[in-house]
Amino acid sequence: MRHGVKGFKLGRTASHKKATLRILATALLKHKKIRTTITKAKATRLFVEPIITKAKTDTVHSRRIVAADIQDRKVLQELFGEIAQKVANRNGGYTRIVKLGTRPGDASEMAFIELVDYNLGTQVSEKPKKQKAEPKDTSTVEDKKNEEIVEAEVIEESAQAEDSKVNPKVESAEETTSTEDKKEN
Amino acid sequence: MAHPKRKISKSRRDKRRTHYKATASTLTICSNCGAIKLSHRACPSCGYYSGKSIFVPES
Repeated sequence: MRHGVKGFKLGRTASHKKATLRILATALLKHKKIRTTITKAKATRLFVEPIITKAKTDTVHSRRIVAADIQDRKVLQELFGEIAQKVANRNGGYTRIVKLGTRPGDASEMAFIELVDYNLGTQVSEKPKKQKAEPKDTSTVEDKKNEEIVEAEVIEESAQAEDSKVNPKVESAEETTSTEDKKEN
Repeated sequence: MAHPKRKISKSRRDKRRTHYKATASTLTICSNCGAIKLSHRACPSCGYYSGKSIFVPES
């Protein structure tokens, strides 16, 4: 009998399900609002709320426990910093799920899952929030990529002019980030 | 194993299926824009749910 067994199966193997939930939780903490199917949203809620509660106590131990699931270091830092502060006075219920209706294709019920303390809901549209969030992310990612590329070039061919080779790669990096942004929309 | 003795005729089959009916979905009127929408879901035309903007429609 499966009495009292918590969670959703999601039609995956246990390892696949774990990976899915980690990705969804990381995406939610990173973007504060994500759009998935209702079942995955509910599974994410079940998975991410204990993590956020854990992040309220900032100790090395709790950080390591949370880091097992949230494997993006930047997101982890934000979770223990900004998100933990915002959520401090809330005893659970950090997320909100809003149903959206079915999507074309497979008629799955879609939903937004969002962090309650970030998406206060009033007249604020998505666009200004994303404009604020994006430049930080893209700049830091690009800077890192640039550094890595430059270093690699120097090691490989110090004699050749770096600029000619670095530029096309940088452009391609920018393109990938922009396509990622489109997917989020 | 037990088996049916007779094929179910088209008539019997179709008579059984007369009770298979689709139910009309419960629709409500959006409190923000007045469009018809599914209840307990964000309005697809204005993106509002319970007085709050959930998303901005593409158009």
